[in-house]
Amino acid sequence: MNRDRNPRWLGRAAWATAVALPVTFLLVFFLWPVLSLMAVGFGGSIGASDPQTPGLSGFSAVFEDARTWRVIGQTLAQGCCGMALSVILGLPAAFVLYRLEFRGRALLRGLATVPFVLPTVVVGVAFTALLGPGAPLEWLGLDQSFIIIVLALAFFNVTVVARTVGGFWAQLDAREEQAARMLGASPVRVFLTVTLPRLTPALASSAALVFLFCATSFGVVLVLGGRAFSNIETEIYRLTVQYLDLRSAAVLSIVQFVIVVAVLLVSNHLRRRREQATQMRFDASQQVRVSREHVPAILAFAVTALLLHVLPIAALVTRSLRDADGNFTLVNYANLVHPPSSSKLGASVFDSILLSLEFAVYATLISMSLGLLVALVASRRPRRLAWRRGIEAFDGFVMLPLGVSAVTVGFGLLLTMHRPLGIGIDLRTSVLLIPIAQAVVALPLVVRTLLPVLRGIDERQRQAASVLGASPLRVLATIDLRVLLRPLGLSLGFAFAASLGEFGATAFLVRPASQTLPVMISQLIGKQGAENYGMALAGAVVLAALTAGVMLLAERLRGSVVSEV
Amino acid sequence: MNNELNEDHMPTNGLEVSEVTVRYAAPRSNRRGGAAAERASAAVRGVSFGVARGEVVALTGPSGCGKSTLLRAIAGLEPLAGGTVRWAGEDLAAVPPHRRGFGLMFQDGQLFAHMNVAKNVGYGLASRGLTSAQRQDRVSELLVLVGMAGFERRAVTELSGGQRQRVALARSLAPRPRLLLLDEPLSALDRELRDRLAEDLAGLLRETETTAILVTHDPGEAETIADRTLIMRAGELLP
Repeated sequence: MNRDRNPRWLGRAAWATAVALPVTFLLVFFLWPVLSLMAVGFGGSIGASDPQTPGLSGFSAVFEDARTWRVIGQTLAQGCCGMALSVILGLPAAFVLYRLEFRGRALLRGLATVPFVLPTVVVGVAFTALLGPGAPLEWLGLDQSFIIIVLALAFFNVTVVARTVGGFWAQLDAREEQAARMLGASPVRVFLTVTLPRLTPALASSAALVFLFCATSFGVVLVLGGRAFSNIETEIYRLTVQYLDLRSAAVLSIVQFVIVVAVLLVSNHLRRRREQATQMRFDASQQVRVSREHVPAILAFAVTALLLHVLPIAALVTRSLRDADGNFTLVNYANLVHPPSSSKLGASVFDSILLSLEFAVYATLISMSLGLLVALVASRRPRRLAWRRGIEAFDGFVMLPLGVSAVTVGFGLLLTMHRPLGIGIDLRTSVLLIPIAQAVVALPLVVRTLLPVLRGIDERQRQAASVLGASPLRVLATIDLRVLLRPLGLSLGFAFAASLGEFGATAFLVRPASQTLPVMISQLIGKQGAENYGMALAGAVVLAALTAGVMLLAERLRGSVVSEV
Repeated sequence: MNNELNEDHMPTNGLEVSEVTVRYAAPRSNRRGGAAAERASAAVRGVSFGVARGEVVALTGPSGCGKSTLLRAIAGLEPLAGGTVRWAGEDLAAVPPHRRGFGLMFQDGQLFAHMNVAKNVGYGLASRGLTSAQRQDRVSELLVLVGMAGFERRAVTELSGGQRQRVALARSLAPRPRLLLLDEPLSALDRELRDRLAEDLAGLLRETETTAILVTHDPGEAETIADRTLIMRAGELLP
């Protein structure tokens, strides 16, 4: 039929564009910078300033340094301990938030999204406000210790475990456990022999993800760790910014990339198994009424929430409202707008708040539009095996920024964007580069929020619409996009919050005259003087309020959505 | 009449299926195997039959015999590995499902959970150049027809299994499909309800003079609803 030919051609062109746009974006602003950075590590030079023989000599020099091994050891130790603590504390939270039925659960679930999106700098500052010098719990002696880093890492990732494992748990048929109970098994035995084995795929893939988050954490370690507990991320930053040793930094980037790819491969494998398992859905009610035997789990959840989450934030807020003598004051907040002359700041903190918001809006626009395209493409299930493999590869490629550290991205952009693609403009001086870097970091979060919902659509729903006469475009509009409305708010929140609090990549790209709020806070905390520390506290409270507010607003706009992050 | 159609492939004014072969979708075909395995992987093998306008034909057979696959191939949802599907002499190979003017009712209804009953039933009327008042009339008319009058504003998630299938039937009938394909429309329901709905369905199809193919594994249901019954075994039509 002649009239068919045109729309079909148009449809193909539209899908091709939907693939090409995000791929081009990531090639230029992610892969090229990261690969260029690696080239430096292998001895290729950026500019001809340092004539070095290409090869592995850079590697051997870096690996002969004992400090390198200490940093790698720290990274792995922080990753493992952060992951272990997050899983142990996350399981009771997953059970209480996603399996138990009680009033106020929706509110608690909403609040549980907040810790994950709180900027790393804020959490770092909050833990020093609780445990650092002059803090209420200074006597514990945890300041600048390994433990404080692990605790702060768990602060973020307990909620990741709770959400990813909980979402899966909520769909498991409770009757299997009831059957075990009727056969005489105790609650503990039911959990160990029935529940835990069924949770394993979700648990394993979530643990791998959490390990990555912990091993590539930048802001937390920079603020809390000092030099003794440097991980690869902070070491790259230190080598570049303080010592201008690009080559060693690049070698460390490659080491980190290898670790990340290994973990991502494992996680991807586990995730696929989990998605297969999730396809078994059951209509029966999976929720459980609260009873006495749930008390241990509820207690564990309550203690975690109060000690790990509420206490540091409470310390941050109260200390931001006190002066050096411990009296109530708003002067820290007033200083944000009119910085005291002693602080020697180029611009006021208030200016950086406005700048951060502006950047975050642009970054959200970029990551949302690209993320939408990616999710639509990646949720297709074409009949041809070759196409399906292609889509899997596309999905994996788009997820790469999740694993490659933000510091590497920022560093790579700094190296490559002075004359991108031979175009005669220095993008590094452009204010657009920061939102672009933030969008690269936020894109995987957007995709991982939208994709499970699209993948959850029964293919027969689209077929039902199609046999009722709906064109492919109308099927997309009435089935896919309609279903996407629910997670749209949530992914918008993720994108905005992640961009607002982004620190690793932004730290490389900001100009002294125009700094984002997270960068400003990290600088204030490094400066001497009670006034500067007070401003850092107040700035952190403002940043926390902004991200938490955005996230809670987004949470209101969502239905029951299972996200993978 | 049936035999004449099958043997001579006479052009009819209804549906003509000739020598249709359908293979399983990709996941199975990526298993390694030679030509024999390739042949064995066909879900439907060389099936031919015709349906005249106004006729209701039942397609029965044990589960896994390929009857649902054949139905989906006629709808255009499965690609043909061989043979042709024609309507009134026109080869439908290049016509996508949404342009065939066929209706398909799924075993589990596949109602759109985010739309109410009226929106579901009216979904297929959108591209027909009707005013919204005309659309509403048509929706109400069909809801009366399936015994669900007054349910327009209800959420489909509140409906019972039988009510859902009634709405799904109304939705499939609303655009006046030239051929209605029914894929085990009643088998998700319990016995008593199934018998009652089978009677209703038989009456409805006569009343609306709908041409239909009914896939079912229940010979009694086929007897009640259809004019004649075709039996499938292992991907082929029994003579």
